[in-house]
Amino acid sequence: MSALPRAHELGLIGCHICGLVCRDTQVEHAACPRCGAALHRRKPASCSRTWALLVAAFLLYIPANVLPIMRTVSLGDVDDNTILSGVVELWVKGSPDLAVIVFTASIVVPMMKFLVLSTLLLSVHRGTNWARTQRAKLYRLVEFIGYWSMLDVFVVSLLTALVQFGFFSQVEPLPGVVYFGLTVVLTMLASMSFDPRLIWDCKDEDD
Amino acid sequence: MTDETKPTVGDDLPEPVVRHRRVNASLIWLVPVIAALVGLSLVINAWVQRGPVITISFQTAEGLEPGKTVVKYKDVVIGKVTTIHLAPDHHKVIVKVDLEKSVTNIAVSDTRFWVVRPRIGLGGVSGIDTLLSGSFIGVDVGDSTQPQTDFIGLENPPSVTHDSQGKSFTLHAGDLGSLDIGSPVYFRRLQVGRVASYRLNDDGKGVSVQIFVENPYDKFVTTDSRFWNASGVDVSLGADGLKLNTQSLATVLAGGVAFLDGPGPHPNTSAAAENASFTLFDTQTLAMAPPDGEPHYIRMRFDQPLRGLTVNAPVEFQGVNIGNVVSIRMDYDEKTGNFPIYVGAVVYPDRLGRAHEKLVALAKSKGDNDDLSHMMGALVEHGLRAQAKVGNLLTGQLFISLDFLKNAPKAAYDPNTRPLEIPTAPGNFDKLQEQLADIVDKIQKIPFDSIGNNLNSTLAELNKTLKQVNGQVLPEFQNTLKGANQTLGTANSALSADSPLQQNLSGTLEELQRMARSLRALTDYLGAHPSALIRGRGADTPPPKTDSSNAPPAAKPQPGSKP
Repeated sequence: MSALPRAHELGLIGCHICGLVCRDTQVEHAACPRCGAALHRRKPASCSRTWALLVAAFLLYIPANVLPIMRTVSLGDVDDNTILSGVVELWVKGSPDLAVIVFTASIVVPMMKFLVLSTLLLSVHRGTNWARTQRAKLYRLVEFIGYWSMLDVFVVSLLTALVQFGFFSQVEPLPGVVYFGLTVVLTMLASMSFDPRLIWDCKDEDD
Repeated sequence: MTDETKPTVGDDLPEPVVRHRRVNASLIWLVPVIAALVGLSLVINAWVQRGPVITISFQTAEGLEPGKTVVKYKDVVIGKVTTIHLAPDHHKVIVKVDLEKSVTNIAVSDTRFWVVRPRIGLGGVSGIDTLLSGSFIGVDVGDSTQPQTDFIGLENPPSVTHDSQGKSFTLHAGDLGSLDIGSPVYFRRLQVGRVASYRLNDDGKGVSVQIFVENPYDKFVTTDSRFWNASGVDVSLGADGLKLNTQSLATVLAGGVAFLDGPGPHPNTSAAAENASFTLFDTQTLAMAPPDGEPHYIRMRFDQPLRGLTVNAPVEFQGVNIGNVVSIRMDYDEKTGNFPIYVGAVVYPDRLGRAHEKLVALAKSKGDNDDLSHMMGALVEHGLRAQAKVGNLLTGQLFISLDFLKNAPKAAYDPNTRPLEIPTAPGNFDKLQEQLADIVDKIQKIPFDSIGNNLNSTLAELNKTLKQVNGQVLPEFQNTLKGANQTLGTANSALSADSPLQQNLSGTLEELQRMARSLRALTDYLGAHPSALIRGRGADTPPPKTDSSNAPPAAKPQPGSKP
């Protein structure tokens, strides 16, 4: 027995809702005897859920990038833009700072989420205790930036609401933005359904 | 609670209750399945919606943008430009267009594509809306059923589309004038059609203009219709004043075609068939003139300069215009060293009307060839000669006149030469010019210089003489005048009433009077007494006067001396 015991080593299980500590009877569908909330040492099927959501998010990310997200009509000049073409247009038309922001929020962050969550899931599957602290930090980072990746959706919805000048200027959302929003929601759900405790569930070797 | 749990870990803790979950955790995999299905449906949708991909080549990609420029038919978007690239030979641009699935059948062999851009021409303004919205590709869907994927785009919008109702006709003209694709076609100054296309004839000797007349009006194009080029302004100055005639202001600038049935009754006219051919005349007058018939080419050799003769100058026969000059060429005659000028002209013998018919009949009856050559032969024998005459004294423009000259020198004429050569004679004006030149020559021969010199010396002499007169003769003359003046004064005083001469004269006259009186008394006495001549005076007569007794003896010898 190591110096720092874990709950399951002591045969204990805590309720996430009311904080009641129960004995771990290893039953399939345990519930808190006091508040009735589901009792589990780890989030049930965390890996498969995360995988499923991550895969779904990735699948939706493809049409989100291929389909145009926004139509700008200005003086009869119709302009449909996908995320990437919008970034290119911003860069070309002299707003590289905005282009970088949009690129980061719409391309870098979702891709990073996919990569980080896949890495976390794979490492948990292998049960390695490689760089656990860093992995935990990575997970917290993903959780944190998850809020901000909706930037594109916000931009499109704000512009659609604000720029409605008929013939002179008009902005319409296009289907791409729906897929993009779904991607962001699914990645957030995926990161939520991942149980970071799994990172620490391997054998302690150094501490 | 914490107090209880801390000391006794795992002893009296509550056991979790078992509760069956409503949903299976593995149902979460439905989410990616749904996502996959959505993605798949998008792919399938895109694949199903995908219409034919066609390529259109244009001279320029001006105004076209890949991913943005659309293809419109009747203002409905039916496709989009996906890529634009240069053709391998860099002469054209190849535009790749994704058509929509629903319009697959428009990509047939006679479908035409063109770029709709803002165009400002003399005939009007079009495509203004594309100024703001950007150009798009217009389509004229063909009737063919043969599918095609590679098209050659038109540079200008077609003036006639497949769905327009009407008829096409072909006009043959010497030149295009100011016509262009889209130029209007007028019937009684009403626009009824457009010029659809034009092309140079294969032999390069004319232009074929394709026109399109719209449906309700195409029946007015009959087999007797005459077409003329309505471009520009027709100004004519006649006996009834200045006339200015034009179809519309637009045609003045942009050109147009007008048509009308020929003059006179048309018992056998019918609506012209589709693609019927007509001649496009230059002016309405020409179009309405009776048909010219077959043109004949004639040639004339002139040995005098023809300044003022231009191509298209009229050729007149007895004052009737029968054709015009088509060429003026200079030649060199090695034998004489002259530069004869060969004038080629096209004449239409039909313009002579009945005269021509009769001449033809005559030639036929003689068994001659009934074309122009033998007919002309007879006329040349009668003195027909071509002359270059002055048509306009102000500008000196010449025309060719075919006239019968009395006592024209015999000219060689061969009816079998081609082109037919008509003998010529110098024109009246040329003769006049020659005579004038002679006169001028003679005038030039007069020695004006020596005449001038002589005149000059004569004048100098005269000058000298006058000086002499002034210096010597005049003072003498003055003296003479003075003397004359004195003489006249003397005469005047001699003749005055109180002058002695006058008194003497008066006394003399009185004496003469007395003498006459006594002579009368004597003659009276002698009349009464003729004997007194012998006997002397009788005593019985009282002596009235003593004076008169003396006088008769004095007078006696007078009558006696007479015999």
